[in-house]
Amino acid sequence: MNKIYLDNAATTPTDKRVLEAMLPYFTEIFANPSSLHAFGQDAKHVTDESRNKIASFIGAKPEEIVFTSGGTESNNSAIKGIAYARMEKGNHIITSKIEHHSILESCRFLERQGFAVTYLPVDKYGLVDPDEVKKTITDKTILISIMHANNEIGTIQPIRDIGNIARDKGVYFHTDTVQTMGHLPVDVNNLNVDSLSASAHKLYGPKGVGILYVRKGVRISSFMHGGDQEKGRRASTHNVPGIVGFGKAVQLAKEEMVKEIERLSFLRDDLIKGILAKVDHSFLNGHPDLRLPNNVNVSIPYVEGESMLLNLDMEGIACSTGSACASSSLEPSHVLTAIGVSPELAHSSLRFSLGRSTTKADIEYVLEVLPAIVEKLRAMSPLYKREIK
Amino acid sequence: MEYSEKVKEHFRNPRNVGEIKNPDGVGKVGNPVCGDIMELYIRVQEGVITDAKFKTFGCGAAIATSSMVTEMIKNKTIEDALKISNRAVAEALGGLPPIKMHCSVLAEEALKNAIDDYLTRYSKAISSKAA
Repeated sequence: MNKIYLDNAATTPTDKRVLEAMLPYFTEIFANPSSLHAFGQDAKHVTDESRNKIASFIGAKPEEIVFTSGGTESNNSAIKGIAYARMEKGNHIITSKIEHHSILESCRFLERQGFAVTYLPVDKYGLVDPDEVKKTITDKTILISIMHANNEIGTIQPIRDIGNIARDKGVYFHTDTVQTMGHLPVDVNNLNVDSLSASAHKLYGPKGVGILYVRKGVRISSFMHGGDQEKGRRASTHNVPGIVGFGKAVQLAKEEMVKEIERLSFLRDDLIKGILAKVDHSFLNGHPDLRLPNNVNVSIPYVEGESMLLNLDMEGIACSTGSACASSSLEPSHVLTAIGVSPELAHSSLRFSLGRSTTKADIEYVLEVLPAIVEKLRAMSPLYKREIK
Repeated sequence: MEYSEKVKEHFRNPRNVGEIKNPDGVGKVGNPVCGDIMELYIRVQEGVITDAKFKTFGCGAAIATSSMVTEMIKNKTIEDALKISNRAVAEALGGLPPIKMHCSVLAEEALKNAIDDYLTRYSKAISSKAA
């Protein structure tokens, strides 16, 4: 049976070249980079090398990179760390309704601590309006956090414009680039950001390692205490193999990103066009153009997402859904809800996220299998009969 | 969360999908928890459910419980069918993940509604005959 992985937004496989680069750092160069002996200094050397690669990839200085355990930690650290460091200046934070839960839940936590948070709405494509950001800033606003591109619907935000506004007003600006680093150009100066989060396992690096970029001069209070690693910003022994892997993943992305953007955009558009043509009543969620090259998110009315996902899985195709049935909270996707998709149609959503391994044949296979699955499930659906016949 | 083999099997090959023309009872229910919808049709002859069919908009668990409940009520008296609980349906499927137990409630409610509908029609038929 075909095995087709189209859930790369959830995680990517570690590239074999990345794994190879990591292997010596488990057994041969295994020492603690904080140790003064030669063993330790070898480990420190590769950690710094990786830091330099990543910094240069995003236009940052090496000392502005803080290694973390991943995107969730970086987001938690950015939101809480900046909020606590700037408490005396104000208590207002601006974010959007479609952020990752690690941003939203950090904000809700801060609300319980007395901070005030504005969750900006988005338009039907999932775009934040920079003017809306501008209007929402008060003299109490200390931080704005808007994601670079959304993990569910792939919409790419006008980060540079929002960054300009934040800079004008003297408000710190953080962006979550977990879905974009290695997939789209990310440059901290071009984007006008003071802080950003990224995670290695979304760009063919290993799980368990991420970065938080913190612009020089931006104060951030740390919440991992117990060592002076990362200039005291994040205690804990360095995950050397992970950090080496992240560096290698970034190097590969740098070499392959431009042609990969072009290749994936074509495949993405083929898949979108194919689904919309072959499955009646289906529609695209998110923006038609300002969209991640690897993201396809569609709603297929009258059929529930989890049942489509399971049927696709039986045919060897892995994807995801925003259906309430497939979430642990039994709530429909907050992103689809925010762009105005009704709970029933969020129920009927599927996300396919393409990656390095995706081929034209894979897309053709999905387009062959999906319509038959939809037909089978619609024959079973009381809604289809009512609405169509 | 993982489904049992039995759930997967019923999901893969659901039994008794469809509608019954001129049914003796219909149960239509929506799940307030997640938004799933189920319709259950029954044919009753001399107090025994002789046929049952369903249509469901819902997840794997919703489809599997729908399929299982139609199997369980066939050839049962109305009285015995009424005793079938959501737990019994879940057990017959080799269990459901805790988060999916509400799907079995949907199946039980559809069954109760279908039987209620049958009893209402039946008593109307009786009283119109008596009149």
